[in-house]
Amino acid sequence: MSEATSMTSHPIVDQLTERFGGSLIRSSTFRDNLRVLVDRSALFEVLSFLKDNAGYTFLSELGGIDYLGYPDRQEGSRFEVHYVLLKQETSDRIIIKVGVDDPDPTLPSVMPLWGGANWMEREVFDMYGIRFDGHPDLRRILMPDEFTSYPLRKDYPLRGRGERHNFPKITRDQS
Amino acid sequence: MPVNLLEDDLDMNVGTGEHEYHWTLNFGPQHPATHTTLRLVLELDGERIVKATPHIGYLHSGFEKLGEHLTFNQYVTVADRKNYISPPMNEVAWHHAVEKLLDIELTPRCKYIRVIIGELSRISDHLLCTGAAALDLGAFTAFLFAFNLREMIYDVYEQMSGYRFHPGYTRVGGVLYDFDDKVLQRIERVLQQTPKVLKDMEKLLFRNRIFLDRMRGVGVLTKEMAINLSCSGPIARASGVTYDLRKDEPYLAYPDFTFQVPYATEGDCYARFQVRMEEMVQSLEIIRQAVKNLPSGPANVPISEKFPLPDKGTAYNSMEGLIQHFELIMPNRGPDSPRDEVYAAVESPNGELGYYLVADGSQVAWRTRTRPPSFIHFAVFPHLIKDHLIADVVAVLGSLSIIAAELDR
Repeated sequence: MSEATSMTSHPIVDQLTERFGGSLIRSSTFRDNLRVLVDRSALFEVLSFLKDNAGYTFLSELGGIDYLGYPDRQEGSRFEVHYVLLKQETSDRIIIKVGVDDPDPTLPSVMPLWGGANWMEREVFDMYGIRFDGHPDLRRILMPDEFTSYPLRKDYPLRGRGERHNFPKITRDQS
Repeated sequence: MPVNLLEDDLDMNVGTGEHEYHWTLNFGPQHPATHTTLRLVLELDGERIVKATPHIGYLHSGFEKLGEHLTFNQYVTVADRKNYISPPMNEVAWHHAVEKLLDIELTPRCKYIRVIIGELSRISDHLLCTGAAALDLGAFTAFLFAFNLREMIYDVYEQMSGYRFHPGYTRVGGVLYDFDDKVLQRIERVLQQTPKVLKDMEKLLFRNRIFLDRMRGVGVLTKEMAINLSCSGPIARASGVTYDLRKDEPYLAYPDFTFQVPYATEGDCYARFQVRMEEMVQSLEIIRQAVKNLPSGPANVPISEKFPLPDKGTAYNSMEGLIQHFELIMPNRGPDSPRDEVYAAVESPNGELGYYLVADGSQVAWRTRTRPPSFIHFAVFPHLIKDHLIADVVAVLGSLSIIAAELDR
């Protein structure tokens, strides 16, 4: 997110600030995208407030970003996960972002709020190794189960590390 | 390993009533009715499906990782291949996000051209989806009609870009070549032929007893489920969610056109089929208006905007054009992008196709997260198929229009 640290004045941001205060780290607007970076501890409450009380009932996108080596990034976590919420009545969108760091990248799952988060959280887990607490079925989704790395991390090379060549071979007798 | 079948068979607790006896059936990854490489593990009680577990990842091509290594202009060839049933819409979606990031305002002509190719690809995608749904349920003729028309749309792609299947037509700030008269002639031919084909398909299917019996009441998705499971596009609209990005968050030149957003409330396979059929009619209406009012003037933004590639004539015949081309193509040069991120979405044939784009100041994106509609809709499949029969799997799968390349990116 950009360096603009000031809190943007927007009705929903004011509501969130009033309710969650210190858990909101910063908010900004860029090209009509309203983004709010929240603390991990308040993530689930912020999202469920937006869904149940503010009318943002539609989770339109969930994904992860790895900022390892991002130019001039001094502070902030290595990973960020974004939730793009949509209020269908007024076509308003809000992007909630949350940072997680490497030793134990864990976030609360939003499965209790949106069933649509199921596969999207599994994909973030598969590609970045970010775990989602409370997800009923957190398995790899795109890569095979034997795969040990997280391919979309920035320190994972484009050509892989050779895991693909070390997969166990199943012979006809074993099948 | 030799197996004593008789002993193994006797060993099972069949019919003892202690635990239910369920079959497991692998459906796909190469089943003719799955169209692409999808795998479904079905748990069956007789022919009734107790549980369906979709497995994906057979086609994982690393498109999102590639996006971190190709420039904004190069990546359009990869964006094409995400949903290869409607490539121009993917290109429009990709460069829509890039232009939002770079704050480029397109020329009026370019906006109209992108609307035309986007709507053509919507027709092309829906033709395949409806035609293949009919084919899977045994109606081969409707499929042939649909595919024949798709060839005409490919003729348009070929004429406008030189490529038939993956046009790679859009560029940052414009398009590869401007539309000429021949392209417009081919579009005119599509406009003339499509209503007849659609009418023929309707005649074949809308009162066809077999088709109706297999589509109606199958795979019902309620409105609440559609919203909760993040469904968008025709699938959500068939369940009563009338949201359409073209109307509700207008982009390109969509406010200029009058068209309807078709929707249904039943939420079954037949409703999804009908919504798609009607959307094709509305797309034709949009194309007709766009061709009629196509603005004159340049298709690309001027070179002074720094981002668009100069066309071939300018690059070869003028010094400024050559310098501009050099500055944009050389890896250590090129203009700066803002160090910021943006989410932009368009209404693709299957729903909201969005890009969460992070830029680090260079011409290559730091992260190109794609919000693919197929991926989200395939996750809905287990909910839709529960308690139906095996034969309904193809009906539900056909009505969801899943493309594996978009699932696996």
